[in-house]
Amino acid sequence: MDKVMSNKKIIALYVLPALLLILAVVYIPIILTGYYGLTEWNGIGSPDFVGFENYAALLKDSAFWSSAWHALLLAIFSALSLIIYLAVAMVLASKIKGANLFRKIYLIPMLLSSVAIAQLWLRIYHPTNGILNSVLESFGVENTPEWLADPNLVLFAIFIPILWQYAGFYILIYYAALKNIPASLEEAAKIDGANALQIAWKIKLPLAMEVIKVTIVLAVVGSLKYFDLIYVMTNGGPNGASEVMASYMYKEAFKSYDFGYGSAIGFFLLLICLVATWIIRKLTATKDTIQYS
Amino acid sequence: MFKKKWTTLLLTASLAFAVAGCGNNGGNANEGAANDGANESGNKVTVNFMHLWPEGVSAGQNKIVNQIISDYQNENPNVTIKQEVLDNEQYKNKLKVLSASNQLPDVGVTWAAGFMQPYVEGNLFTPVDDLLSGELNGKFVAGTTEAYAMNGKTYALPLEFNIAPVYYNKAIFEKFNLEIPQTYDQFKTVVKTLSDNGVAPIALGNKDRWTGSLWYMYLADRIAGQDTLAKAIKGEASFTDAGLVQAAQEVQALVDGNAFVKGFNGLSNEEAKSEFINGNAAMYLMGTWELPNWTTNEDIPQEFRDSVGFFKFPTVDGGKGNIDSWVGGPGVGLFVSENSKVKDEAKKFVEYFVTKWGEQSVTGAGVIPATKVDTSAIELPQLYIDLFTEMNKASSITLFADVQMKADAAETHLNQIQSLFGKASTPDSFAKEHDAAIKAGK
Repeated sequence: MDKVMSNKKIIALYVLPALLLILAVVYIPIILTGYYGLTEWNGIGSPDFVGFENYAALLKDSAFWSSAWHALLLAIFSALSLIIYLAVAMVLASKIKGANLFRKIYLIPMLLSSVAIAQLWLRIYHPTNGILNSVLESFGVENTPEWLADPNLVLFAIFIPILWQYAGFYILIYYAALKNIPASLEEAAKIDGANALQIAWKIKLPLAMEVIKVTIVLAVVGSLKYFDLIYVMTNGGPNGASEVMASYMYKEAFKSYDFGYGSAIGFFLLLICLVATWIIRKLTATKDTIQYS
Repeated sequence: MFKKKWTTLLLTASLAFAVAGCGNNGGNANEGAANDGANESGNKVTVNFMHLWPEGVSAGQNKIVNQIISDYQNENPNVTIKQEVLDNEQYKNKLKVLSASNQLPDVGVTWAAGFMQPYVEGNLFTPVDDLLSGELNGKFVAGTTEAYAMNGKTYALPLEFNIAPVYYNKAIFEKFNLEIPQTYDQFKTVVKTLSDNGVAPIALGNKDRWTGSLWYMYLADRIAGQDTLAKAIKGEASFTDAGLVQAAQEVQALVDGNAFVKGFNGLSNEEAKSEFINGNAAMYLMGTWELPNWTTNEDIPQEFRDSVGFFKFPTVDGGKGNIDSWVGGPGVGLFVSENSKVKDEAKKFVEYFVTKWGEQSVTGAGVIPATKVDTSAIELPQLYIDLFTEMNKASSITLFADVQMKADAAETHLNQIQSLFGKASTPDSFAKEHDAAIKAGK
């Protein structure tokens, strides 16, 4: 077996199917999108090459930048919420009663499809007979908010289900990372007289750091290209108040029939995600990874 | 060294595979075409038909489609009609994607004017004028096929014809001693009375935006007149016309007067409709395609269906509009793909479908077809007959603005409608944005 696997030709042969697949469904479309971004194309007939016109228009498009700002806000909120997830995971990992059950409960939203979640929260936010406003009314609030119709509220109203949707996923990742830390380290620290907070801060956190870095990238990039709940719940409205980059791209391409411009947005979004990933990797880079065992 | 060599080799190999793959597919497609060609001379023919009446959402229409198809297949045993059914929005998206890869179904559903323009310009739809001069000659209601005409040719045959009345809940009106408003001032009094009594006057789901557009269009029609509105939409006049700006102001005045259900800008049309059906809102401005829900749909309580009435959008004092002027127009029509390999069969099917649809949609689904119907011969709900009569004496029918405009301008119009209702846009900026978008000509 070792002999076979050291044969470079065999390795190449095994890699080939996956390589073909990823080329066909990921890299080639990316290159094509980049090309379409340089054209004016309504999706029918042949594209007209216009050079960097779309990108120039994009840089001046205030609707795009406001959607980019919304996506950035979502990224910031997602990244900050990771702190809460980490705390929850630490509690769950510290052998409390029912930890298993809680972990499963937290994971449920992750198992639902986005559209089902959107429908659920549409009902919660319903301005007259939604549960949220009913509860507020029972507390005597007179002018209950119009969650999804008020341009000042809608973005935050939509962030909540988005964060809720992925909470279980991150908690599960953190839980697994924390469970991976050898119990002997914790016991040793206890013998040395460290309290729970010190153990969490000085031992668990540094050892889970690699995983935390990955989740930050996942959360930020996932937020920047977020689409589903926004599309179903508000379709970017009212008047673009909850528009994000991906939903704006969709609208330009499929509603305004401007596939060239839509492709330019898509390609730009890819660049933004790459840059964001690079920045996060730079910021969180440590010289050497800590290893206690 | 190894790396470079192998990477190059691999890339070449993968390219070769990809090309070979395409080649194979191409070969198959050709084979298929050859078979289809042979089929026309008597063997099996398959006509692909894509439509947007899923069983769950449009039960009545879905039943008729299936009925017509099975009848057609019985009469023409060599033809198989293969259906693909999608929901409205998904239908539009799929049509777009299919057209980009030149794989439109043989027969499909399209909207008029602005929607079908790129398809016509891209030579994807085939003219159906030969059908119009054949058996179907003179069968269509005047003004319906014109909406599908471009450059002197007709590219689709209309199925439905709609106008938009204001439906109202008679029970609620009775409870507060309200009369049907004839003038806009009376209408405002009705709105105020309802609002003061804690009933939402109007159900509106403006997340979908075209719903709010109906309100603006009617106000514009009644204040500035049908002619001005039509010209502004075509780009021959400006939206800064005093009457059109006043219409936008009236929209905001209605919003200020709490005329619409709470949170209307975040509600979909379906959600708004359920507010009306549940009796939470008293009025609902919507197309005649909703008629089956007020007449024959057994899923909606009989008590409610009996209490639905309609009135014509009231006239505004000093306005140039006429009470018999409507917003509406043909709904969807059937097109035949230019690249269809079974074009003749497809056209025959369309002709059959349109004829049968006209006969069956009236009784079966309770929608108003684009072909002429003799209502006296069939027993129909009163609401249907009344609206049908109104339609026949309409002085003018203005096609929905978002259907008339080109895609990009329509998108601006819809966004501006939502901001106007949400007070994020002033009547003046509303007008200017429209002019700019229509001028851009996209």
